[in-house]
Amino acid sequence: MPQTAGTLDSQQKTTSRRPAGTLYRGNTGMWSWVLHRITGVAIFFFLLVHILDTALVRLSPEAYNAVISQYQTPIMGLGEVALVGAIVFHAFNGLRIILIDFWNAKYQRVLFYVVIGLWVVTMLGFAPRHLINVFSH
Amino acid sequence: MTSTIEAPRSPYTRSAKKRGLNWEKWGWIYMRVSGVVLIVLIFGHLFVNLMVGEGVSALNFAFVAGKLASPFWQTWDVLMLWLALIHGGNGMRTLVNDYATSRISRGILKVAILLSVVSLIVLGTLVVYTFDACPAGSPADLLPALCSNL
Repeated sequence: MPQTAGTLDSQQKTTSRRPAGTLYRGNTGMWSWVLHRITGVAIFFFLLVHILDTALVRLSPEAYNAVISQYQTPIMGLGEVALVGAIVFHAFNGLRIILIDFWNAKYQRVLFYVVIGLWVVTMLGFAPRHLINVFSH
Repeated sequence: MTSTIEAPRSPYTRSAKKRGLNWEKWGWIYMRVSGVVLIVLIFGHLFVNLMVGEGVSALNFAFVAGKLASPFWQTWDVLMLWLALIHGGNGMRTLVNDYATSRISRGILKVAILLSVVSLIVLGTLVVYTFDACPAGSPADLLPALCSNL
């Protein structure tokens, strides 16, 4: 296999004890990418379960209510905060990816901090209200 | 038999342009377009189900049936179902291509993803369009308010 000059350069960098950060390695670029994958997988598996539980409306009101009440326990309430946190990160970071692709990649780092900031604001709006609903019933 | 050795560091050359649809390109575009639409659909879904009123503790058959009785929410939920499952399935395909090391495991995992996506799209679409918000014989206190007007 012929190797490109670019491949050799990056291999040379990896022999360094502390590799310099690149767009995708060791820095905001890499961590946003890692988080995007982890949140994406988590949301996908929740989606599979969520379609199956919602499908119970077709079976009977009793069957649906029995299952949906499992979502209203304190432990699941905390899980829903994590789920919404994953969705909100994936959504905002997805917009960041679109901006990097179609606008300008040189703002990727500052955009990552914008994503974190918007995530914090959104979760401050969601989590207290949701947790009050979960724990006051 | 003679073989030619490529000059070292010669640039990567793409194989001659294949004819037909560039599926990877359209998949790439699909992820971005569906992603933007899904942000609107899912944020709306989360707001109406978790933020309005008593949120998650108010969810039950009456709430969901009341929503799914209206064509607006039927369309909303079916759009969300199709867009999210294909977006998620394509994302999982990317991960399998990246992390599954053998050809056989890649094949098995991608068939499994395809089967779960297709079967859940069929199941979800059928549920939305065939379900009855006021099933006969069910206790009235479990049903949405609209059933008492029938």
